Amino acid sequence: MSDPLVFHFDVDGENFTSAGQASTQVKKNLRQLGLSPDIIRRVSIAMYEGEINMVIHADGGTADVMVTEEYVEIVLKDHGPGIPNVEQAMQEGFSTATDSIRSLGFGAGMGLPNMKRYTDSMKIDTVVGVGTTITMRVNL
Amino acid sequence: MASNTYEHSVQLDTSKCTGCTTCLRRCPTEAIRIWDGHAHINEARCIDCGECIRTCSNNAKKAVVGKLDDMERFRYKIALPAPSLYGQFDNLDDVDYVLDGLLKIGFDDVFEVSKAAELVSAYTRQYLKTEGIKLPVISSACPVVVRLIALRFPSLNDNVMHMLPPMEVAAKLARQKAKEQHPELADDEIGVCFISPCPAKSSYVKNGFADYVSGVDVVISMSDVYFALISKMSRDGEVVSMTESGMVGIGWATSGGEATALFNDEYLAADGIENVINVLEQIENGNIPPVKFIELDACTAGCVGGVLTVQNPYIAKTRLQSLRRYLPVSKNFLAPDEQQYIPELYLFNDLPEYEPMTVLSHNMAESMRMMADIQRMRNDLPGIDCGACGAPSCRALAEDIVKGKARITDCKILEK
Repeated sequence: MSDPLVFHFDVDGENFTSAGQASTQVKKNLRQLGLSPDIIRRVSIAMYEGEINMVIHADGGTADVMVTEEYVEIVLKDHGPGIPNVEQAMQEGFSTATDSIRSLGFGAGMGLPNMKRYTDSMKIDTVVGVGTTITMRVNL
Repeated sequence: MASNTYEHSVQLDTSKCTGCTTCLRRCPTEAIRIWDGHAHINEARCIDCGECIRTCSNNAKKAVVGKLDDMERFRYKIALPAPSLYGQFDNLDDVDYVLDGLLKIGFDDVFEVSKAAELVSAYTRQYLKTEGIKLPVISSACPVVVRLIALRFPSLNDNVMHMLPPMEVAAKLARQKAKEQHPELADDEIGVCFISPCPAKSSYVKNGFADYVSGVDVVISMSDVYFALISKMSRDGEVVSMTESGMVGIGWATSGGEATALFNDEYLAADGIENVINVLEQIENGNIPPVKFIELDACTAGCVGGVLTVQNPYIAKTRLQSLRRYLPVSKNFLAPDEQQYIPELYLFNDLPEYEPMTVLSHNMAESMRMMADIQRMRNDLPGIDCGACGAPSCRALAEDIVKGKARITDCKILEK
């Protein structure tokens, strides 16, 4: 049994053009580890959505990806506004993104639902005014 | 077919290579290393895109393709000109001068790839109506893109259209036509020669893929044919009218030509290898608009940007625009009921198998240990990606070290 691998990323909230870079790097790493294309795709979509959310809503944050021989775990942590109503936020099509974000093609209200759909488990810890931590797992 | 037996069309002349780092940085798949003073190409990673040929200032990288003389062994010689050929000539107002020129330099017949392209376009429109196909459909016309997807984007394999590229369709139809017109000819007396804008088409012909064997016998460079043609070709006066392609077929030479021929604006067309890779990443992330068709050309501006062409791609593109101006939209002459189904001839079965090109080890635990070592080593390396060690980046050097292909002492900055 080998030690888990951890990849840490700072997701820059100031620089929208770099959003998505951490998930692209994770995708490369997972390919090198020889994971199946399906797992790689699920992890990278879930992480991409989460990363974009952090940039749009929370001014960035951190992403930690842990790989063990059993699962890939993604922990996204921000100090943004928090999610007042998680149940509502989980509904497809619900979005609080601004018009300017929508004009870029984001804000379709599919971020959180996709994260749940592509992972085996997802946990949202959120406190309004303090921040949000999302923990997702994809089993290998 | 395993990647280590893949026969490439990009080769290095070590006597000309100075070991500069230009190609090292430009290779989109990090297939190049500089060891012992000259470049080495990792064949398992190379996708024959030709970027290194394009950027090498010493002409040390070259395309290995056939020569016109290779056609001498055939009794009946058929030329398949790619439509990009028509964009190479100055003051050309009719494609027929080029086709006539090809007969003058020794071919017995000419079959325009643009004619086959119009048939492929008609059947692609039909293909997009097929129930249950995975959207977006990705074009299979650019061989670099097909190989890139097999090596690096396996989750998109099912999106690739199972339609043969116009070159292959042209080869089959040209051979059929020759046998009808000359029943006395034996199969091996008929030679089909593709006039190519890029080395990747040559690799495609040499290797085929999965169980598909190419119908082309010889691939020759567009620039070789260009120089053979300019002395023999006329630019005015009467020539026999032979051309059988319209705007659609000739449009395939440039980026967007294949996609616009679908008469449907739900498409994305990207050109240039960096853009192509980026778009594939975005498709994998589910981050593109809901389009039906994706055309990807590895070369900038499309096939006119291939490394075996003579003219600047944008100048060629403009010339093609004026050549197309007064042509019919298409000359495929398919009756409406002939467009209701796709004949077998146009389809292929299997794509190449997924060969993960970057995988560290086939044992997961071992891969994880190696990656942990790579991460540690990256902290020790200077992180300036200077290329002096012979690897394209500090990360690539760390990977090479962990794989036992390089040493930490290769780093020239740490040495100081």
